[in-house]
Formats: sequence, C-alpha cells, structure tokens
Amino acid sequence: MDLAFFGVQLLNGLQYGLLLFLIASGLTLIFGIMGIINLAHGAMYMIGAYLAFDLTQRLGNFWLAIAIAVPIAVALGLVIERLFLDTLYRRDHLYQVLLTFGLILVLNEAQRIIWGGDVHSVALPEPFTGSIALTDNLQYPVYRLFVAAVCLALAGAIYWVIRHTRLGIIIRAGAVNREMVEGLGINIRTLFTLIFSVGVALAAFAGMMAAPISSIAPGMGDSILITCFVVVVIGGIGSIKGAFFGALLIGMAETFGPVLVPSLASMLIYLIMALVLLIKPRGLFA
Amino acid sequence: MLHRYPKRVLVLMLALLALMIAYPAWGPAVFGDSSAFFMEKLTLMLIFSLFAVSLDLLVGILGLVSLGHALFFGIGAYTLAMASPDFSPASMWWMLPLVMAVSGGVSVVVGLLVLRTKGIFFIMTTLAFGQMLFYYISTASFTGGTDGVFIMFRPSLAIGSADGASPLINLDDPLTFFYFCLTLLVVVYLFLRWLTRSHFGQVLDGIHDNEHRMQALGYATTGYKLIAFVIAAMIAAVAGMLAAMQYGFANPAQLGWHHSGEVLMMVILGGMGTIFGPILGAFAYELLLYFYEHLTPHWPILMGLTIILAVLVLPKGIAGLMLHPPRRSRASGLKDTTLVERLTPKAGDPSTSPRPTAKSSPGRSSS
Repeated sequence: MDLAFFGVQLLNGLQYGLLLFLIASGLTLIFGIMGIINLAHGAMYMIGAYLAFDLTQRLGNFWLAIAIAVPIAVALGLVIERLFLDTLYRRDHLYQVLLTFGLILVLNEAQRIIWGGDVHSVALPEPFTGSIALTDNLQYPVYRLFVAAVCLALAGAIYWVIRHTRLGIIIRAGAVNREMVEGLGINIRTLFTLIFSVGVALAAFAGMMAAPISSIAPGMGDSILITCFVVVVIGGIGSIKGAFFGALLIGMAETFGPVLVPSLASMLIYLIMALVLLIKPRGLFA
Repeated sequence: MLHRYPKRVLVLMLALLALMIAYPAWGPAVFGDSSAFFMEKLTLMLIFSLFAVSLDLLVGILGLVSLGHALFFGIGAYTLAMASPDFSPASMWWMLPLVMAVSGGVSVVVGLLVLRTKGIFFIMTTLAFGQMLFYYISTASFTGGTDGVFIMFRPSLAIGSADGASPLINLDDPLTFFYFCLTLLVVVYLFLRWLTRSHFGQVLDGIHDNEHRMQALGYATTGYKLIAFVIAAMIAAVAGMLAAMQYGFANPAQLGWHHSGEVLMMVILGGMGTIFGPILGAFAYELLLYFYEHLTPHWPILMGLTIILAVLVLPKGIAGLMLHPPRRSRASGLKDTTLVERLTPKAGDPSTSPRPTAKSSPGRSSS
C-alpha cells in the first residue's frame, strides 16, 4: 500500500465515518432523550435515498430534490411519532423493538410498491462532478469531499445546539430527568416529537447525500442500521461524542479492513465491538 | 403466575396435542389432496414452536430481550449441513449431541460477552453478534456463501441396529418426521415447565424482577443467566437443525436478524413468560403468514401492520387473554385485586370486621 492509496482510503474512511455519524447521531439522540430504540432508523436512510432518486428524476435537479425531500422526511417522522410511538414511552424496550420492526416491514414493502425492486443510481450533482488529482494517476471525487464537509458542519451544528442553546439545555435536562423537566413546565411531548422528527430526518438526509455515491437498492437500510448500532454501542448509548468517534472508528475499519485483513473484513467491526464490550461494557464515552 | 395455570390452558394444550397426533385421521378428510402439504406446514409450526419457547426462556422468564436468537437457530442448521457425510445419512444419535455441543460452546462465548450488558445494550449486542455470524457465513467459502448448503441425506434414527442401514424410525417419511418434531416439542415443553418451577427457575424469575436483590441474597446471577442462555441456545439450535432437515438446506437467512425479529414476534403474539403461549404464537404467526402470502405479494406490509397492532392492543398476547379473560377487568378494576378483597370486612363475619388489616398482615409478611 503506497502513500497515495493510503491517503485515498483515509479520505474514504473519513467520509464514510462522517456519514455514519449523521445516522447514528439520530439513533443515539432518540434513545438518549426519549428512551426509544428505533429499528426503523435504517429504513429512513433508505427512504431518503429513494426520495432523492425519485425527485431528482422528476425535477431534474438534485439540490431542489433535497430541498423538498427533507421536509417530507421530517413530516414522516412526525406522523410515525404521533401515530405509533406516543403509546410506547412508558412500555418496555421489547415493545419498541417489535413495533419498529413492524415499521421496517411496512416501510420496506412500501418502498417495493412505490419504487420496485430495481437498483438505481443518481448522477453526481453540479458543481461537484469533478475530481481532484491527488497524484499523477490518482483522482478523488469532489462530491465525496463535499459530503464529508456537510456532515462535519452538521456535526458541529448539533454540538452547538446541544451545548449552547436553550433548546440544548432542555434536551440535556430531559435526558437526565424527564419528570423534573416536565415539572418545570416544559412540554416534553413537543420536545419528543421534535427530537424524533429531526433524528429521523438526519438519517433520511444521510441517505440523500449518499444517493449519488452509492447504489440505491431495496434493503439498503438494514445493513446500515446494524452498522449504526455497532457505532452506538461502541460510543455509548445516548452520547453524541461517542457516536462521533465511534462512527469514525467504524468508518476507518470498514474501509481499511478489506485491504489489511481481508479474511476478517466482514466481521471486523463486530470484533471491535466485542473488544470494547470486554473493556468497557457501557461504551467508550458513556 | 408461572406456577399454575387455569385448567382451560391444560385442556387447550392437550386438545392441540391430540389434534396433532390424530392428523393422519382428519388431515386428508379436511385438506384432501393438499393434506401432505399441510402436514409439512404443521411440521414447520412445530419447529418454530420449539424455537419460540427457547426464546421465551430468555425474554419471558429472564427478561432479556435477545434480537440475535436466530444465531443459534442458524448454528443448528449449519452444524447439520457441515457435519453430514456427502453420500450417506448421518446418525441422529451423534448429530443431536453434536448440534447441542456446538451451539452450547458458541453460546458460552457469546453469552459471556452479551451478558455483561443489560436492557437496550443487550438488544443491540445480541443483534450485532447475530449479524457478525450472518456476514461471516454469507462470505465464507466453506459454507456456500449466500446460496447456502444443501443437505443430501437426512440423519437417520436407528434403534437396535447400530449401522443405520435399516432404520427403525425413518425420518425421511414426512409423517414420522412430523411425529419426531412433535415428540421433541413435548419433551422440551415439559422440560421448560419443570425448569421454570424448579429452584433454578425461581432464581431466574427473581433476577427478572430485581437482579440486585438476588445478588444481595447471595446468588451469582451471571452464572444463572449464562446457564439459561446456553439452554435457550441449545434448544434453538435443535429447532434450526430440524428446520434444515425439513427444508433440505441451510441458508444464511436462517440466522439473519429478520428471523430473530420474527421469532420474537411469535413469543409476544403468543404471550411471553408462559412457555405455552409462544407455541400458540408460532402457530398463529405461521397461519397469518400463510394467509397473507396467498392474499397479496406485498404480504410484508400486512405482517408489519399486524405486528404493530399486536404491540398496541395485545401486549400480553394470546396467553394473556386466556389467563386473564378481558370480561372481568376494567369496569371492576379494583374488585379484582385480592388485597382489596382481603382487606374488605365481610358483613356477618365477626372475625374480620374489627381489625381487618391485622388479620391479613401475617400472611403477607411471610411472602
């Protein structure tokens, strides 16, 4: 492995890790604050990708498609939260797991009914169609750098909201003691609806961003969901910081694994998780 | 609640058993030409019942929600596929212990890791370990990858003759195999009923309610949990082996997490923590599946909605309906509680009317 190849892999790992963070942050926020384990999170990633594909086809413009798809994703999150999750907050995780598992079946099949079982792709959008020359014969696509930058900016925004705004104070307080926040006259129900919609929209947005650089296929949400679970378990459930570093670690492992240890590549992230569980059962940043 | 069930449960289970045993008598009359097909369906229901009761030991009795239980189901299927000779049937006499030994060994390693976690972490880590093996088997060369492996010969069960050349019990015969699965289910059911009522089962029940208190009482709770985890894994592996015999192949989908979700649904649909409930759940789930599959190619959407509906309106499952029929609750909510009954002085009973609380306290304090 020469240096240029190493650099490309490093950039790929970074970009993939940041994308994973976007999905995992929603997952960890929804659990940390609402106490809900949302298996349908991966399905939202898939729906985001399909929305980007469909609307780009119709409108002919990727950016316009995203501008319309994000509110749709937020609305979908709102409907799911109000319709189904409302009754689940005080119940065991078991029922949350089952209900969101049922949601996966419904959303996956709805995808098949609407968009069919074919694999699709989205063209790289202007003005990011080009590549940067790293060396004489190694190119790196600009769009991937753009995705990494957007994810990083969003990570910064999430950090800023949670650390430095009034909403962030309420979110942090709600994660520590729900009843106390309610007792102080804050409407925790509205907060929950907001968190769920935003969390789910983050996953869908990640799917939209990933659409031009990945193949859009049925069931694409399932594998990303499991990967994000590994990220969240490694980082510590409910910890945004943990999700960030966990996502980068897993992003690197997934890109370097097949090159460095091909025989173990498919299991590598789970082995890392097992190792973390052995040392710190509650995650690295919990 | 674990210890004694109302008589109607026993009657229903015995009726179900009798119905199964007598299938050759009524099956052809009811289903006509497709009788053999329905017997295969019933065989699968029995196999999934076995799978579901094994998960109930974890979810219902111990309170540990595993989303990776199909891992052990798959291990059973693949152990059979890998260990079967290519040109002759294996003997069930060593295949069954082998399947249990392999799944037991894996479950000790996995259990030691996942039992370090609780609640939501347990859900996520069991899911992740299940997927780890799923991806390993899907990509490994010796397992046939995503296509799976065919099993050329079903293991034979020879009694009396050691070579298995003329098996007394021919598992290739669908009816014999059906009875074989039924027998295993009955044995496992009785074993689990005995286990949950034994001292060991009481400890598991205690861990479910309050693990810290059990630790304070001097129980090494992790050891108990690990033993239960291993037992559940072994039963699941036997179910997986039977399923592989029935299908004639082992396939990565058998250990994927969708399969874990399905079996969890069977447990909840039937009623967790009751052992008999998950059997009803497995039958109900497979019947619904069969019905939906014939209704529309988009059956997963119906199944998904059914799952959501079951979670919202039937959290205690079918068993919950049987143990606590709905007609007596709600309107007379308070009257149901025995404490209130005991504390309420009865007219014309001088022994309880003056100091009802003092009367009832000795009985309560001893529990």
